[in-house]
Amino acid sequence: MMHDRSIAELIAAVRAGETTPAALADHFLARIERLDPQLNALITATPERARAAAAIAPQTGSLAGLPILHKDIFCTKEVKTSCGSRMLDNFVAPYDATVVERLHGAGTVTLGKTNMDEFAMGSSNENSYYGPVKNPWNLDHVPGGSSGGSAAAVAAGLAPAATGTDTGGSIRQPAALCGVTGIKPTYGRVSRYGMIAFASSLDQGGCFARSAEDCAHVLGAMAGFDPRDSTSVERDVPDYVGGLSGDVAGLRIGLPREYFADGLEAESRAAIDAAIAQYEALGATIVWIDMPHTDLAVSTYYVIAPAEASSNLARYDGVRYGHRCDNPQDLDDLYTRSRAEGFGAEVQRRIMVGAYVLSAGYYDAYYVKAQKTRRLIAQDFQSAFESVDLIAAPVTQAPAFKLGEKADDPVSMYLNDVYTLPASLAGVPGMSVPAGFAHGLPVGLQLIAPWFEEARLLNAAHAYQQVTDWHTARPAGFE
Amino acid sequence: MNWETVIGLEVHIQLATASKIFSNAPTAYGAEPNAQASAVDIALPGVLPVINREVIAMATRFGLAIEADITRASVFARKHYFYPDLPKGYQISQYDLPIVAGGHLDIDTPAGGARRIGITRAHLEEDAGKSLHEAFDRETGIDLNRAGTPLIECVSEPEIKTAAEAAAYARKLHSLVTYLGICDGNMAEGSFRIDANVSVRPAGSAEFGTRTETKNVNSFRFLEKAIDYEIERQIDVLEAGGHIIQETRLFDPDSGETRAMRSKEEAHDYRYFPDPDLLPVVIDEAFIETQRSHLPELPDAKAERFGREYGLNDADAIALTQSRALADYFEATVAAAGDDTAALGKPAANWINSELAGVLNREALTIEQAPLSAAQLGGLIARIADDTISGKIAKQVFDALVAGEGESADAIIEAQGLKQITDTGAIEALVDEAITNNPDQVAQYLDGKTKIVGFLVGQVMKASQGKANPKDVNQRLVAKLDAMK
Amino acid sequence: MSLTTDDVRKVAHLARLGLDETELDGYARELSSILDVVDHLGQADTADIAPMSHPLDLGARLREDKPDAAIDREAFQRVAPDVAEGVYRVPKVIE
Repeated sequence: MMHDRSIAELIAAVRAGETTPAALADHFLARIERLDPQLNALITATPERARAAAAIAPQTGSLAGLPILHKDIFCTKEVKTSCGSRMLDNFVAPYDATVVERLHGAGTVTLGKTNMDEFAMGSSNENSYYGPVKNPWNLDHVPGGSSGGSAAAVAAGLAPAATGTDTGGSIRQPAALCGVTGIKPTYGRVSRYGMIAFASSLDQGGCFARSAEDCAHVLGAMAGFDPRDSTSVERDVPDYVGGLSGDVAGLRIGLPREYFADGLEAESRAAIDAAIAQYEALGATIVWIDMPHTDLAVSTYYVIAPAEASSNLARYDGVRYGHRCDNPQDLDDLYTRSRAEGFGAEVQRRIMVGAYVLSAGYYDAYYVKAQKTRRLIAQDFQSAFESVDLIAAPVTQAPAFKLGEKADDPVSMYLNDVYTLPASLAGVPGMSVPAGFAHGLPVGLQLIAPWFEEARLLNAAHAYQQVTDWHTARPAGFE
Repeated sequence: MNWETVIGLEVHIQLATASKIFSNAPTAYGAEPNAQASAVDIALPGVLPVINREVIAMATRFGLAIEADITRASVFARKHYFYPDLPKGYQISQYDLPIVAGGHLDIDTPAGGARRIGITRAHLEEDAGKSLHEAFDRETGIDLNRAGTPLIECVSEPEIKTAAEAAAYARKLHSLVTYLGICDGNMAEGSFRIDANVSVRPAGSAEFGTRTETKNVNSFRFLEKAIDYEIERQIDVLEAGGHIIQETRLFDPDSGETRAMRSKEEAHDYRYFPDPDLLPVVIDEAFIETQRSHLPELPDAKAERFGREYGLNDADAIALTQSRALADYFEATVAAAGDDTAALGKPAANWINSELAGVLNREALTIEQAPLSAAQLGGLIARIADDTISGKIAKQVFDALVAGEGESADAIIEAQGLKQITDTGAIEALVDEAITNNPDQVAQYLDGKTKIVGFLVGQVMKASQGKANPKDVNQRLVAKLDAMK
Repeated sequence: MSLTTDDVRKVAHLARLGLDETELDGYARELSSILDVVDHLGQADTADIAPMSHPLDLGARLREDKPDAAIDREAFQRVAPDVAEGVYRVPKVIE
């Protein structure tokens, strides 16, 4: 079936005239129509626009005719861009994000916008104004978040690939929980222009697909310098697909002790151990390393991310776009009601935490302190990469939990991000690679590379996927 | 009780860049509302700021001109408050690492003599949009064209003692930034906005009194008035046993008074933190040296040179260097008048400071709008210098140039036949005629009242319709009269 | 660190979030438990560690001063809740 083919095969088929962008679009649009009602992975499907675009899509271009879904955090011209929030329920973006523009330029056809936690704040997709996304492996479970819609859609074969963003694990964690491959590149590798900001010093765009090879195709088209983003790095993008030798012999892989300590659920641990053994079998050298400041990641992140978020979300004031309350009595009423009505509870909590840690009297104790612990965490990576080429670790402590299970306890949800936060704080690239199952739900292996070594990361994942088939598994009902 | 005043000025200087500080929208004044507000300026979701190089260059030149330290890695921070003309809910500004630190300005005090006023810092920030309070009955309108216009906020030390000194400081700063070409100086359009922090304290007291901040004063005259009003008001309050409230006040030019702003004053908590969208602005020595090499001659140096090169006295030199445009006009005038700069400087200064200044004042024009060009004025001065016309005729030619009656002094002299009579026979005849027609005055002269010759010169000049050379006429008359003794 | 309802009221005002009085207790509890997690930072020894505001140790790239923005006011204002004569409108503000 078309949705089981790799991106390379799909593009080749288009180029060879065996299929057309229109036929591809129709195939996946039909799957969305048939299967998404169970999942709620999309906020907006754009079948008419997709068919119109497919009809005129060029048959050349690095991703000619490839159907794709965008996380609803990327601005898409003339298409609703909600960021999972009531605040932007009525917002039709007047411009395209750089990522959208680039992928369009490479020949992709956009099928719609995927569901997400409101303003990317969440790890379960339960914080969406549009309702939770279901995990295709078990509809009673969460898909992870915040890019849960993209991960679930790729897992269910609603699209060959989808974009996502990762601030503290929002690509790696849902990829792990949905059994797909996801990559968060180095901070600065992919333009943030047009990607609605959550925490600017952490946000990074990336993608989901079934395999590392598929991710290499998509990331190659997304990445690169953008003069409109001051934090985008002027550095050539290597040929990620060309770099997939599948050879990891001699690669030194470090296992941080702190990531394998208490709290890692047993069946998940077994899957990770098996994956590591596989690497050893492929000729990699496995060594244990120490990353002593790992336990500071959660507290550091939950100062910095809310602080930046409270600032980034100050622009939603009901004046120029977005939700405005009915009959504002005065300016203060306009602000306070529009914002209280437009934002959900988790977003309001984080805005308040952020405003608090930046406020007079607390700034040094919280914000400046967190900036310092952030450096300690980054230094852990720096010294680790002096002795190893790659870090391998679990993505989460356990597979996908049940919908509603942690909804009343934001803190337990935060603590769950412990394995993904450090790489985000350091800005290094990370991936989640399907590595088996625990309790019938997918487990992801996390791979982390030094800054700008996405090629190494993709190749290591590719090598593993050459000898395993976890990434090709399909949930029942979505074959 | 004797009171002592402490004044500090915060001046917002709009930088004359083509595009905004963080977006590529144009900065031109007067467009349709929101027609110059880009996606970045209106803070659409997802947009990002990118720093304009020219803004950094201008701030560096400003810092060098006031002999300040240029911060090698300055940082933009976010300053948070909610207001509808602030689209992001924060202003990007500089906080603990401003690009310019320290520096000073030497002002000419009204009492005479120079005084050095310290500058604490000058930082870069973006301007907000404009709130249109009068546009609608029940709503305030928001125009974001100005949002993102680059500003330098220059903060003086609280070392200014009187309203007149404050005005002198502001004038000097205005002159400096227009010289540097980093600001158009247009106060009516808000390119140079002054906030005055004023407090009073018992003379000799070491502690500062509670200060008020009077905002957005848009002329030097109003600045003086506003400060004087505020000093008097504060003294009245204190002498009546009251307390000064730390508040923001607005100056009303119609009443000459300041009033507290009505909007609720609350303790601000701006929650500054480094803007994560922007990296530190790193400036190296090469950049600084490039900017230094682009510094124009500054007012004090220019005044000194004008004294030396053109033989001007201090008053003329200072007056002519008030603005770069005026100084340029002066130098262009002298250049057009001839090569002898030492001799032509003084007459050029006189024409500009008196006749031309009179016209500009009367017509409420700036030097840039002068009705005659420096080349035209220089051409006129050349004709006086070479005795083609007399000073009196020159005034007539000047008026004709102002009225646009001719392209040049030469054209007007030619067309209106104003050339001095050089035909000695004709002048001799007029001199003889004057002697014949005024026997009483001639008699007085011969009696020793030699000053009466001035009357006879006047008669000859009148008869020549001003075209004779008065010096020449005088010589001829004296010679003839002395011969009659 | 434990927040009182008064602290929550203050911080909600700073962030212009109009909370109901009935919500204050719940938020005070939740925010306090978040700050309890965050307070863990206090144990870290950060002497001689410079704050890290950014993952990349780079200076800003500066843009040329060119006013070449594409400005489509009509498109920008199509999503605005209240616009008249090209001007955004808010309830009357008194200065």
